[in-house]
Amino acid sequence: MVRRWLSRLYLSLVFFFLYAPIAVLMVFSFNSARSRGVWGGFTLDWYAQLFHDRQIMAALYYTILCAVISSVLATVLGTTAAIGLSGMRGLPRLLVSNLVYLPMINPDIVMGLSLMLLFISIKIPLGFVSMLLAHITFSLPFVIFSVLPKLKQTQADLYDAALDLGARPLAAYIRVIIPQIMPGIVTGFLLAFTMSIDDFVVSFFTTGNGVTNVAITIYSMARRGMNPKINALLTIMFAGVIVLLFIANRRMAYSKPGGKN
Amino acid sequence: MKKRLINGPYLAWMLLFAIAPLFLVVWYALTAESGGERNFTFAHLLRVFEPIYLRVIWRSLRLALLSTLLCFLIGYPVALILTSRPFRPRAILVVLVVLPMWMNFLARTYAWLTLLEKNGLINAILSFLRLPPVDILYTDAAVVLGMVYNFLPFMVLPIYSVLFKIDRTLIEAAEDLGATPLTTFRRVIFPQSLAGVLSGVVMVFMPAVTTFVISRLLGGGQYTLIGNLIEQQFLTTYDWGFGSALSLFLMALLIVTGGILMRSRGDEEGGLW
Repeated sequence: MVRRWLSRLYLSLVFFFLYAPIAVLMVFSFNSARSRGVWGGFTLDWYAQLFHDRQIMAALYYTILCAVISSVLATVLGTTAAIGLSGMRGLPRLLVSNLVYLPMINPDIVMGLSLMLLFISIKIPLGFVSMLLAHITFSLPFVIFSVLPKLKQTQADLYDAALDLGARPLAAYIRVIIPQIMPGIVTGFLLAFTMSIDDFVVSFFTTGNGVTNVAITIYSMARRGMNPKINALLTIMFAGVIVLLFIANRRMAYSKPGGKN
Repeated sequence: MKKRLINGPYLAWMLLFAIAPLFLVVWYALTAESGGERNFTFAHLLRVFEPIYLRVIWRSLRLALLSTLLCFLIGYPVALILTSRPFRPRAILVVLVVLPMWMNFLARTYAWLTLLEKNGLINAILSFLRLPPVDILYTDAAVVLGMVYNFLPFMVLPIYSVLFKIDRTLIEAAEDLGATPLTTFRRVIFPQSLAGVLSGVVMVFMPAVTTFVISRLLGGGQYTLIGNLIEQQFLTTYDWGFGSALSLFLMALLIVTGGILMRSRGDEEGGLW
């Protein structure tokens, strides 16, 4: 009994530690005083003004555009890579597997600055396109590692059976293999999307020319004092995530209990 | 044959956007511009070992190690409690550990400024409990707090996932054979969870030792870790040679520590955590 209460108390303290900053952030999105730390009464003004703030809206636009395009392209490229990798054996497989890990183990900052050096060297101007290319690169391993386990579960015979029944290899992939690994592809896509939305470090190094995302906007604001409109935006985004998780959870509960992601 | 063709675009992509950039870092680290062309030099690499920079590296290592240790001490009991609960609340509690990561980490870290201020929430709670106030903003302690705060879930999740898989019958067997709860933990549970602890250590230490954001936000403007030093070379002083040399040093450091830890874990393909 004592142990159970101690456990509860301990978990509560840890959750307080994890959620206190988030609570502060949300509370101050409803604060009519502009400066942080002073409470001036409840208001929804920041939510209204948010949509008229050109800088924040532009950052949000680039964040979402970059996340959508980069996660779609990373999913296509990553899925083909996973299919190719699953057909490899021996040394080539070992080499490619290690290559897949590279963007994951490479620290963000090194990845960001090395890509910046590359873009400058091959004369791709720093801006939206360079940021997009960088996002695709760091998203790839997440797609591949989501798809590979699903490929392991599919029966290799099915592909051969499709070929025996006269399907061309490409048709066999699209009609037989892809439907089977779809859950892995969707997971990979979602991971890639959230990685892109959340990224600061790599974007910070690879963007330029006035193109920023939400994270970079926050970083530049942090030095001058954060605008409560950003708090409002983040509160909306966080609420959106919770709603999405809730829907996903309901869907999972209907399909099967205890999925990995 | 067909399958190899499928890999073509991916391999080309990785060569251009993952391998080539690293070679550029090596090239900039080992060359210096003089008279319009770049010549081979060890000057940048040697500069990394000057006392003023060694102090920065030492501080980064010290703070990252301290944060990793604190994450372990705080996170292990969390993982242990989560595995000991009945299923329904546990699923929600695990989600609650991960959920903060969906809020932008810069904004979350920045919010600690509000919490830690002299008249902030933390001090209000402390004075209510009649405890002395804390004034750690813009110090090492604030940076460590920021690291522990941001990376704690990276420690809890891998430990949780190995603890979750431990065979319950082994624990029951230990109890039946007369082991006290402490002995059961020390001799049965903990040794089996080491793989999770190791990947937790890697996942906390790596981002902690390379960060420049947490130290910038919570350590104040003048505060320098190796990440800040590298960022400055590329975005303020434009000393790409020295910046690349520092990056090379950092990568070597991570490969050595990460390599040792992962090797002892016996890594298997495909595990994200």
